[in-house]
Parts: sequence; structure tokens; C-alpha cells
Amino acid sequence: MKILVPIKRVVDYNVKVRPTSDGTDVDITNAKMSINPFCEIAVEEAVRLKEQGVATEVIVVSIGDAKCHEQLRAAMALGADRAIHIDAATNLEPLAIAKCLKALVDKEAPEIVLLGKQSIDGDNNQTGQMLAALWNVGQGTFASEVKIADGAAHVTREIDGGLQTLKLKLPAVITTDLRLNEPRYAKLPHIMKAKKKPLDTLTLDELGIDGATRVKLVKTAPPAQRQAGIKVADVDALIEKLKNEAKVIA
Amino acid sequence: MKTLVIAEHDNQQLKPATLNTLAAAAKLNQPIDILVAGANCGAVVSQAQAASGVTEVLVADSDYLTHQLPEDIAPIIQANIGDYTHVLAPATTTGKNLLPRVAALLDVQAISDIQNVLDANTFERPIYAGNVIATVESSDSIKVMTVRTTSFDPVAATGGSASTRTLEAGSASGLAEFVSEELAQSDRPELTAANIVISGGRGLGNGENFELLYTLADKLNGAVGASRAAVDAGFVPNDMQVGQTGKIVAPDLYIAVGISGAIQHLAGMKESKIIVAINKDEDAPIFQVADYGLVADLFDVIPELTSKL
Repeated sequence: MKILVPIKRVVDYNVKVRPTSDGTDVDITNAKMSINPFCEIAVEEAVRLKEQGVATEVIVVSIGDAKCHEQLRAAMALGADRAIHIDAATNLEPLAIAKCLKALVDKEAPEIVLLGKQSIDGDNNQTGQMLAALWNVGQGTFASEVKIADGAAHVTREIDGGLQTLKLKLPAVITTDLRLNEPRYAKLPHIMKAKKKPLDTLTLDELGIDGATRVKLVKTAPPAQRQAGIKVADVDALIEKLKNEAKVIA
Repeated sequence: MKTLVIAEHDNQQLKPATLNTLAAAAKLNQPIDILVAGANCGAVVSQAQAASGVTEVLVADSDYLTHQLPEDIAPIIQANIGDYTHVLAPATTTGKNLLPRVAALLDVQAISDIQNVLDANTFERPIYAGNVIATVESSDSIKVMTVRTTSFDPVAATGGSASTRTLEAGSASGLAEFVSEELAQSDRPELTAANIVISGGRGLGNGENFELLYTLADKLNGAVGASRAAVDAGFVPNDMQVGQTGKIVAPDLYIAVGISGAIQHLAGMKESKIIVAINKDEDAPIFQVADYGLVADLFDVIPELTSKL
């Protein structure tokens, strides 16, 4: 069984991103870049499926400029077998990304595409669902547990209020939530080995994808700021304020 | 030029998030219809008819829709898209699961988590965990969008008198099958709908200590949430998580207990009307957004607060 794992290079989650001073974009010059955390969980899950003997090959793919080779190598150091870089603008939209992945799925014929539920830059949470629609397969989004058995994927999903378990016919798309696993750290020998693993590059033209923007970024602004309030001395003072000033408790 | 809102429901109750979504739809100033897709969901249809501002309720009521799987619902929306120019659903796990699938079938770029409607094509939405608010303009002929429910005050649940239209039944996709569901059983109000939310962070130390918060919550008829740090540490389940990667809440009163105030947590609660922070570290960033801060050991003050209320 082949598993395809799309990953995204994003600003590291520890970086506090701000709008540019002219309010047209975000300022990420010189920011530390990493694999999107949800994507890293997807790589880890795919590698575990391979270690369990369920998967035979784990292919990572990233769409963007050549800088994403760094993240593809990092994913191969975690255990992915080979990588594909689709050369495109870094601001490609989820629909265009899903179309690229569909084209790749047609070439590679994986049985599972395993990817993060959202990237922490655009916070869209769309690509997996869109790919599932274009591919006409089932989707197991926000997964906290994945089991492959009897030719199907049994996916437990994090939903509002609890958990839901689905049985998906293969092939299928699965998107990861935080609790699915804790990704390992790459060991030095694996990092060295990853440098020799195959990394192929494809272009949007080769895949026949139109990368035109449908939703234009018009403006960026900082979020409305809350003013810090006051410190109260003790519990009595707090209760007094909540009752008489804020009037939020009776 | 019409708007279609996708009702969120459990075949018995129309979920309040739908009323917030109707409020976002109202800002588009065009007729609003609502889709109720499920099984034996007549009660929900009646509630949708009564919701303020709805013209027509589209009804897809069939056994194969019992669990409302996106593989089955998305094609229904696609088949009935007619002259709808906007399709809206709440940005809950259900809406986020469904709408991108719909958008891809319609070949449009979806817009997630809108928090403001500027005009028919232009919307505001948070990016980078809420550190930046983006104004985006769509050139697609149909806008498919999830709505951040806390940013829109709900429309009235009663007073409307919408007509109904039954949609032609489809059949199950066969791609996905519902196996089971484990919903947290609680007498407390739902986190996203509660007027008072009390959340605990890493400062609680372990899961047992959350009992302190449950006791306080029961006294206030509030819900209990948690920071991602508390979830990651295994104190409480993930469905209690408040933050960018968890639930977005905006209650009248939010009490943050032993929570430092990481950006990703603030993104989930900073729209609350009144924020109280209780933390023994007086430099904790949570105090920068709190209306009332109490620098104290939570293990002293929470029992005291509970007994004095």
C-alpha cells in the first residue's frame, strides 16, 4: 500500500506573525520556517503504518518554491521513502493545491492520502476535503486514530462534543488532528540518509494545473486589541466587581 | 441572487450555531433559504421554518442521511445549487468537514471562518492563529463560506414562517460508513453555547484537579474548557480545548485558571465579554487581556470563590 503525504512549509508556530506596515501582506521576512505541525503528524502516522507493515511506500509531496526541499528532506529523515516537489507560487490556494494532488494521485495511485487538517498560516482547513471531492473518495477528517483493516480505513475523528468513528472504503483521504500521535525526532544517521533519497520536481504545467488566484488578499490588519483591565486584591474584590461592575453574575 | 445556509442539527434540534450563521447571511441582503438534510428530521424543519429571516426550507429527509456524512450531503447541495450565489455553514467541525467538499464540487475556492461581511464578495477572516485579520475578495461566482459563529449575534429562533420544499432523494455514496459515536455526557451547558466558561491550564497540575473547576462551573451553571497545554499534558480530552486549534468561545464571562495565555489560546477566547484571569505568575500574558486579574494560587482561591458565590 502506497501512502501519499502532502506537507507544507510554513512559518514556525513559535513565530508571532504581524501584518506588514502597509497592510497588504504579512511580514515573514527572515522568519524561521518549519513543516506545518499537522503535516508532521501526518508524516509520522504514515511512517508508523509502514513500520507496522501496512504501508509499503511513503511518498511526501510539497507544493511551493524550491525552499520546501528542506521540509521534504526533513520528512524523509523521519522515514518517508521519496519526495516530490511541485514547483509553484507559495500562495497557491487550497483548490489549486487539491487539483495538483489529484493529478499526482492519478500518476502515483496511492491508497491513502494522509495530510494535516490545516496549515497554521492560512488556517483554511480545506485541502483534504477538496481532494476527497475531486477524487470522489471518502474523507476521514480531524483524525485522532487510524486503523487499516479488512481493506478499509477505520478513522476516529475529533468532532464537537466527542469522537466519531467512520469506516472508509479505500482509497481515501485522511486528515490529522493533534492527538493522532507525537512525531519523533529525526536521528542524525537518518538525516544523512535522507540526503540521498530521491526527490523529483514537477511543474504546474506538467500537471496541467491553473494556479490563478480566486480569492484575493485585499488588506491585512492586526486583530482588535483588548485593553488590560485591573488587578483585584482578593476573591471578595473579584466577586464584588463581577456582581456590581461587570454584572455577569447574580 | 439567493443565499443558502446549511442547518446544523442532530435530527431533533436545530443547533444554535445555525442562528449565528443566519445572522451572517442576513448581512448579504438577499433572500435566505436553509437546507435541512438528515433523517426523520421533521422537528428540525419546523425550527428552521420558525427562525427569523428564512424564506424557504429545503428538506432532504432520508434514512441514508442519518449521520449527515459529507460524501452524501455535498452532492445534494451541488445538485440544488440553482441560483444561489452564497452557501454558508457554521465553522464547526461539521461545517468545516462539509463545505470544502461542496466548494470543490462547484469548482470554487472556499472561504473559511469569516468574521465579518463587508459586501457580497468581500469578507474578513483571521489567519496565522488570529494574529492577522485578512480582508479577502472572491472572484468566484458562488461563495462557499464557513462562519465564525461568535462574531455574529444569533437571529431570533422564533417568529419566522418559511415555506418548505422537499428535495428529490439521492442515494448513499458508499464511500464512507458511520460506525460509532462517543459524545461526552455532561449536564453542563455546551462549551460554545455557555454564558460562563471556566478554563484550566497547565497550572491545574493534573486531571483530578479539574474537579475544582467542575464544582465552580456547576455553581455558576457554566461550562469547563481547557488550554491546549492542559490537553497535550493529558489532563482532559481534546473536545474541551479552547483555542485556535480547538473551540472558539465568546461567553459573557470567561475565567482563565492557571492559564499563561499563549497566542493560540487567546485566539479562542478573546471575544469574551468579560475575562477573569487567575494565575500566580503576575507576568503571565493572560493578564494583558483580562478585565480582572487575580494574582494568587488557584488552589487557594478557587475553593474560596466557589464557597462565596
